[in-house]
Amino acid sequence: MSPKRAGALALAALGLLVFPELGGAYAVSLATLILYLATAGQAWNLMMGFAGQLSLGHSLYVGIGAYSAGALFFHFGIGPWLGVWVAVACSMAVALLIGGLAFRFGVSGVYFALLTIAFAEFTRIAFDHIDWLGGPGGMFLEVAQRDRWDLAHFRGPPSMYYYAALALALGTLWLCARLSRSRAGYYWRAIREDEPAAQALGIDTFRWKLLAVLVSSALSAISGVFLAFYQNNLFPEQVFHVSRSIEILLGPVIGGVGTLLGPIVGSLVLTLLSDGVSELLAALGWELPGTKQVLYGLALLGVVVFLPNGIWPALHAAWQRHSGARSA
Amino acid sequence: MPAELILNVALSGVLTGLVYGLMALGLSVIFGVVRVVNFAHGELMTLAMYGAVAAFQRFGLDPLLSVPALAVGFFGLGYLLQVTLVQRFVTRPEHAQFLLLLSVAVILANAQLMLFGPDARNASVDYALDSLELGPLLLDLPRLYAGGVALCASLSMFAFFRFSRSGKAIRACADNYRGAQVVGLPIRRLYALTFGLGCACVAVAGGVLTLLVDVTPALGPAYTLLGFVIVIVGGLGSMLGALLGGLLVGVSEALAGLFFTPSAKSMVSFGLLILVLLLRPQGLLGRRA
Amino acid sequence: MLAKAGRALAQQPGAQQPGAQQPGAQQPGAQQPAAQQPAASGPAAAGQASGKIRLKVGVLLPRSGLQGFVGQSCQKGADLAPAVLRELLGVDVELMNADTESNVDTARTRAERLIQEGAHVLVGAFDSGQTAAIAQVAEQRGVPLIVNIAAAPQITEQGYRFVFRNFQTAPEIVRNGLSLIGELLQSSGAQPQTAVFMHVNDTFGQAMAGGIKGTLPTLTSLPFKLVDTISYDPAAKDLTVEVARAKATKADFLLLVCRLNDAILLRREMVKQRWQPMGVVSPGSPGMYEQQFIQALGKHAEHCVSNVPWYNPKAELTHRVEQAFLRQNPQDRLVFHGLNVGFTFEAVLIAADAFQRAKSVEPRALAEAIRQTNIASKMMLGAPIKFNAKGQVEGIGSACVQNLNQVPTVVLPAAVAQAKPVFPVPGYKA
Repeated sequence: MSPKRAGALALAALGLLVFPELGGAYAVSLATLILYLATAGQAWNLMMGFAGQLSLGHSLYVGIGAYSAGALFFHFGIGPWLGVWVAVACSMAVALLIGGLAFRFGVSGVYFALLTIAFAEFTRIAFDHIDWLGGPGGMFLEVAQRDRWDLAHFRGPPSMYYYAALALALGTLWLCARLSRSRAGYYWRAIREDEPAAQALGIDTFRWKLLAVLVSSALSAISGVFLAFYQNNLFPEQVFHVSRSIEILLGPVIGGVGTLLGPIVGSLVLTLLSDGVSELLAALGWELPGTKQVLYGLALLGVVVFLPNGIWPALHAAWQRHSGARSA
Repeated sequence: MPAELILNVALSGVLTGLVYGLMALGLSVIFGVVRVVNFAHGELMTLAMYGAVAAFQRFGLDPLLSVPALAVGFFGLGYLLQVTLVQRFVTRPEHAQFLLLLSVAVILANAQLMLFGPDARNASVDYALDSLELGPLLLDLPRLYAGGVALCASLSMFAFFRFSRSGKAIRACADNYRGAQVVGLPIRRLYALTFGLGCACVAVAGGVLTLLVDVTPALGPAYTLLGFVIVIVGGLGSMLGALLGGLLVGVSEALAGLFFTPSAKSMVSFGLLILVLLLRPQGLLGRRA
Repeated sequence: MLAKAGRALAQQPGAQQPGAQQPGAQQPGAQQPAAQQPAASGPAAAGQASGKIRLKVGVLLPRSGLQGFVGQSCQKGADLAPAVLRELLGVDVELMNADTESNVDTARTRAERLIQEGAHVLVGAFDSGQTAAIAQVAEQRGVPLIVNIAAAPQITEQGYRFVFRNFQTAPEIVRNGLSLIGELLQSSGAQPQTAVFMHVNDTFGQAMAGGIKGTLPTLTSLPFKLVDTISYDPAAKDLTVEVARAKATKADFLLLVCRLNDAILLRREMVKQRWQPMGVVSPGSPGMYEQQFIQALGKHAEHCVSNVPWYNPKAELTHRVEQAFLRQNPQDRLVFHGLNVGFTFEAVLIAADAFQRAKSVEPRALAEAIRQTNIASKMMLGAPIKFNAKGQVEGIGSACVQNLNQVPTVVLPAAVAQAKPVFPVPGYKA
């Protein structure tokens, strides 16, 4: 790595670390949201971008993770560090079921996507009827204090959540980078590009696709645990809703499916865009509800039509051309 | 449980199912031919519903009578949509198509919110609350008319695809893309035609649905999802399958609501979808890909 | 976007400071920055005449998304407040409106944004999930939140010091609703033996269902039996089956917990299936008293009963608010927004009243002043506005509101009734 690049990275790292001090509460809440979406998006990206399986019901894994850890805390006072293992286990079990059934029966492409939606919706309605998990009335986790960092119960000031989200985002990024360069990564790319060819080469596509689903669901579950302890209330209608699934995948798709930085760039751009449009409308004094979403939708449309591979690849290419032109 | 209760509920399920079937028909046609997942289907339908409501409030036009105008208008809209936006996404990966139509859906739904506000609207025709007693059966008149018109529209679609030249050409595209190209069919124009027809179907479905349901801007997604369930269950590429799927879903949801907890009756559709996807992915009447 | 983020960064010297300002744009007076500093300038702040400082109230409501309709209705209550409060209390209130978009994450970030832009107190947010998120932000930042409408009991059970609620909790709504049914039966002399209970299966409906199952057996003034409980999906577009089931129970009357859209569907189905019980009574839910219900159903909306927290039609403040409402919404009527407008207005009233007493906009001072609130002359029914140790107002009343002549009319309690209740309904045949 060139010294200039290392220097830039160090500066960025420093910036991220001291951000809560400089940023102020509003910026911190936005940043936490961006980092959470980046993590969840990265998990989704693993399944889609690496292994080529389109999941439109990823809120299922996040939700199961959130509810598992939440229920343990709510009913038994078990903290998130133990809860996360249970959350991951539950989520992986469900992923095993869905992935196993789907791949066993050869469900792929759009059909697989619809299957994921069906499972998420099914679970949403089911959870509405499970009173032990709060039913439609929701599960409210007790918020004991917000001043000190209490990592054992994951309670503390917003800056703690920011750092936790930062750690999660960086951790998933690192994990995905490692996986991308590992055997799993190569097999996944092969499967994504051309599954029959991969099979012809002797790759056990069933096993590797399933692995992608399992890892993706595990990471989603972890972000779900974060969500549960950050928001402190869970409603099936909100947690498993299809709009949540869409929210998770918007980041990677806009940022660049299959790339490592895509989810992060995507969630950054989208959250700032969403907020920026609200601010713009507020500054113009335009309060007609629905305007912001129309503008937001137009922006999404613009990106998907003109930047087919997402923002990050386009940015990267532009950067390459720029430095290429300079060095020439 | 008295037999007449079951009978009435089942009948109501059938009539509602016909309307669902028509909506799904539009989706099936688009999905089956252009191979694009139309996630804006529900929002197009609500737009049609607003159209019918507006026609009723402005001109006193019964929704059943505005159906032809809606069909023509939305045919044009669909054609335009396909030619300007969707065409370039036909070869792109599914997630890109999804995002395209999702953006369109968001824009449509919120434009409707801006234009019409969040209030639920409906066309309160004179016969809106009438019912007909036929022995043990209690027939809901608006539902009967809606089902009837839906059936007619579906039948005309069948006829079009069966007997007309364009219809056969479209089916050829769907069955064998390469073959169609070889034979020299104007694929792009046929795709646009198909999308237009699909939208016309959904517009008619929306028009008649106005008699049964109040429209709000947020109504779309539930119907899009329902449409997909029906299309998958009935079988991709089969119009009769879409209609039958609609009937099946309509009746099974109604009966599930009767015998189990009504609030969980949607689980039946999703459960059905899961079973079909796993065990018989081509659906009831579809052909194996 | 980056410039905006930069601006956000530049404004905040420290995370804990409430009320930092956006340079320029909105503040009319140079005195305000002094008033914003906590503690240090307490005496200086107290010395300012409250007329010169404006109280900035951040109003968070779901004006778009699934709850858009209700949010916009509540907003009318906020919009008319400044004029009324200037007359009533001589206090200057400035509203800062934000749309939560019916989304929990947006609610949280919008709340943070409002606080950053200098909101001294927050009001909101109708939905329990969004309100809970805003409550956490408010508590964290030490800015008072006055909940206008949200029924989940947990919101005031978290031990928060900065969250106040002037609305009934779901259990209270149930209790009041059921006892009003007892009054209704007593005053009309009707004696139904059985009832069928239908409820929408969402947060609200489930809370009500639980409350009813728990409370009903213990209330002796309610001699009827529940023969069936039918829960239905809030998003259901077709309630044929549900109504058919209810009709088949041959119950004497229908106990209904609903929302607006399903109330309309349900009542239509009842007419189509020719089911006319003694009456349709809601022990506490929106829907049947709303304008769209009445508009959509016309004469079939008549005689439907909703036992809900409501405004006192005879209170002086109600008349003032009604005038202000008509001035701002000449095509509308207060009676169709009674609950939403009333409670939202009262929330801003509480803020203004506390400001008048505290003579300071410093959030901690405001919170303390809110804690001492005692407003007897109010708009909504019930005991004076006084917060208990948990920040909850106790004793908010409900009224039995019946649709008479196409207008929701208070028929009980008798002391504030505008008309006599009609039960069973005229079309009922035993």
